[in-house]
Amino acid sequence: MVYINGTASLSPQNSLDYNKFLEGIIEYEKDFLQSIKPNYKEYMKPIAARRMSKTVKNGIICSQKALQEAKVDIPDAIIVGTGLGIVSDTEKFLENMLNNDEKFLTPTAFIQSTHNTVAAQIALKIKCHNYNFTYVNRGFSFESAVIDAIMHINEGKKNILIGGTDEMSEHYFHIIRKNGRWKKTKVKNTELLNYTTNGAICGEGVNFFVLSSEKKEDSYSEIKAINTFYKPENSEEINSKLQSFLNDADIKINDIDLVINGHTGNAAGDKIYDDFLQENFENKPALYYKHLTGEYQTANSFALWLGANILKTKIIPDFTRLNDKPISKVKNILIYNHYFNINHSFILLSQA
Amino acid sequence: MIYITGIGAISAIGNNVSENLHSLKNKITGIGKIKYLETNYKDEIPVGEVKMSDNELITALSLNKERAFTRTALFGIKAAKEAVDNAGITDINKYKTGIISATTVSGMGSSEKYYQKFLHTDFANDFIKTHEAADHTEKIADYLGIKEFMTTISTACSSSANAMMLGARLINNGILDRVIVGGADALSKFTLNGFNTLMILDREPCKPFDKERKGLNLGEGAAFLVLESEKVVNEEGKKPLAILSGYANANDAYHQTATSPEGYGPFLAMSNALKNAQLSVDNINYINVHGTGTENNDLSEGKALKKIFNNKVPKFSSTKAYTGHTLAVAGSLEAIYSILSIQNKIIFPNLRFENSIEDLNLIPETKLIENIEIEHILSNSFGFGGNGTSLVISKVR
Amino acid sequence: MEDLTLKLKEQIIEALNLEDMEVDEIETDEPLFGEGLGLDSIDALELIVLLEKNYGIKIENPKDGQKIFYSIKTMAEYITEHKS
Repeated sequence: MVYINGTASLSPQNSLDYNKFLEGIIEYEKDFLQSIKPNYKEYMKPIAARRMSKTVKNGIICSQKALQEAKVDIPDAIIVGTGLGIVSDTEKFLENMLNNDEKFLTPTAFIQSTHNTVAAQIALKIKCHNYNFTYVNRGFSFESAVIDAIMHINEGKKNILIGGTDEMSEHYFHIIRKNGRWKKTKVKNTELLNYTTNGAICGEGVNFFVLSSEKKEDSYSEIKAINTFYKPENSEEINSKLQSFLNDADIKINDIDLVINGHTGNAAGDKIYDDFLQENFENKPALYYKHLTGEYQTANSFALWLGANILKTKIIPDFTRLNDKPISKVKNILIYNHYFNINHSFILLSQA
Repeated sequence: MIYITGIGAISAIGNNVSENLHSLKNKITGIGKIKYLETNYKDEIPVGEVKMSDNELITALSLNKERAFTRTALFGIKAAKEAVDNAGITDINKYKTGIISATTVSGMGSSEKYYQKFLHTDFANDFIKTHEAADHTEKIADYLGIKEFMTTISTACSSSANAMMLGARLINNGILDRVIVGGADALSKFTLNGFNTLMILDREPCKPFDKERKGLNLGEGAAFLVLESEKVVNEEGKKPLAILSGYANANDAYHQTATSPEGYGPFLAMSNALKNAQLSVDNINYINVHGTGTENNDLSEGKALKKIFNNKVPKFSSTKAYTGHTLAVAGSLEAIYSILSIQNKIIFPNLRFENSIEDLNLIPETKLIENIEIEHILSNSFGFGGNGTSLVISKVR
Repeated sequence: MEDLTLKLKEQIIEALNLEDMEVDEIETDEPLFGEGLGLDSIDALELIVLLEKNYGIKIENPKDGQKIFYSIKTMAEYITEHKS
């Protein structure tokens, strides 16, 4: 059994505190959504933070909060998923190198640009000598961390710290927008479902969790199962993956009370969610959340944060409702996500 | 039991496993003047480049020239295909099969060529999509037809050792029956300049574990292995090449780039790997050390070796004097070299070693040793962020 | 010399991204590394580039940095002595 005993989220919403998050959606009309910056001085000395980009600082803050909630000092493993790594430092070093013709380069941005910086800095901060992994596989990055953590618990470990972290930069956003991935114009996040054009809303965020073998009074929820699949051919393949996922998890489709989907405002991608719901969960209440966070490789970690908090508090924010199907009880939540129809995943969350 | 049933490699000393073996046996180094990488340091910094151009690789693999293949993806496809063929696999999806690759910069070599055009002009091409680390893994998976499971690991220089460890755990946890594991990294101007700012690149071919060592040489390539469960090996009646009998990852938690003076992280990785393999230090016949040739690594690793082996360190050598430091590839490439050692009953020499480090008095093997029975090999990979992994590779009994 | 020490402090704050630090918070005689300001080996590499870029002074062996970068004072002295 795998329980979520601590969570923390920094996103474009007030998610560091769930009660504050519930107060209402923060509206944006922007090219891409950026995480709200906490007051870093409250959390770390400027000299300690001198080389850290936003993602690294946010990773440290969220890891601390999640560990504190779970009352864990040193986890048995630290596992981070990040699709892009530390884009800001990567760009900084790359641009200095290209603009100065390989001269007068300094090491800091290069060192910080390494994909495993967040996991490494957390280990350094808490002096954790245990297993330390970083997954960098686009829309499977965070899911790989979850799979790994579950295996650790099956192997007898107690507390695993996992996180999903991604940041977006102006330059990388601009380059990827050319590729048609993001919307061509500024996006109004509260109107996300009304767009009929292709291109998603872009965002970023950092979400951390402590997964534990032991259930506590204040556990958020249980992670029952997870599965990833790559480039499905059509909706039949997705539906059949769902069937085998539910079979393996030993749960009936009718026992799913709520489905969290990853609508991004991208017409082609959202059709996959709509078909999925219609063909499998026609009468079930459903939520969405990427109007809050934007799309990014590890956005599914925000869905896990949302689902875990819903199961713990039994409060469902209105601004996440995708339809008005009545909600009688919430015991089992299915999270379905896909990243540009390349990386698909299911996570089954249950009341602890 | 995790069986290794196929291997494939491309590096500065050969475009396949048998060419690598030939170079290792004949003391042929791959370190030399830069030929393919475009950089101002062409004549100043020696590296271990793969001796094939991108176009030659595309032709050799009969790939569609219209698609965007980074050099990293090309290396990966080449080595992974060799491993799958070597394992005698004809139907990749007959068993639950996954792929785990590892990389440090994946498509950076292409990104840095187009970056300014992408950013400042209207120009666009498919290399916009190849920057993310997963790109090369997807290219390999698509080439081999793997759909069941995929991920990519990036933990600096221990990345592909970690891919092997994860692969073994996925089989042990019953999630997969078979998994193609390894890593791919092509040299990039970004990496070369990055390591140059750290002032740890030797201007001459490197001298691992030597008193006068001046730093490392960067290398490139890819190395993949096929791991299979007992069930698959039995059902297929296969003769495995070796066993992945132990593994452990530990963190030094000392500094973002440097290893602690006493090598605590490396010590932990090695001792936990031995524990995992249920072996004692006396069982280890040879160590393929990380041995990059930097002042910091070799000293810390040496101290950790002495501590764990109670000053009776077994035969050891670093093969990075042949290949250069292939970063994310080093772990799986050196695991393949370890298998070659076991199969051929040989130990590869540590090229260019002259005098031992004063504080250590450790002397690596400097000649090719032949006709030596090897049961168990320890293979080390340590990287940035204090990330360290040790693997135990064993002979099939 | 005083001009140079002040300039160095400004350049160090900028190069090492010591956000929110003021020049008068760095003592001219105080050790920059370890117990003093708390800089480390990566900062030392940054300082090597700072000397090369701003003063045309090249340090080939990072080990030489230990003495030169002991304090702002030792840095200023080294620069005065070696400036081309």
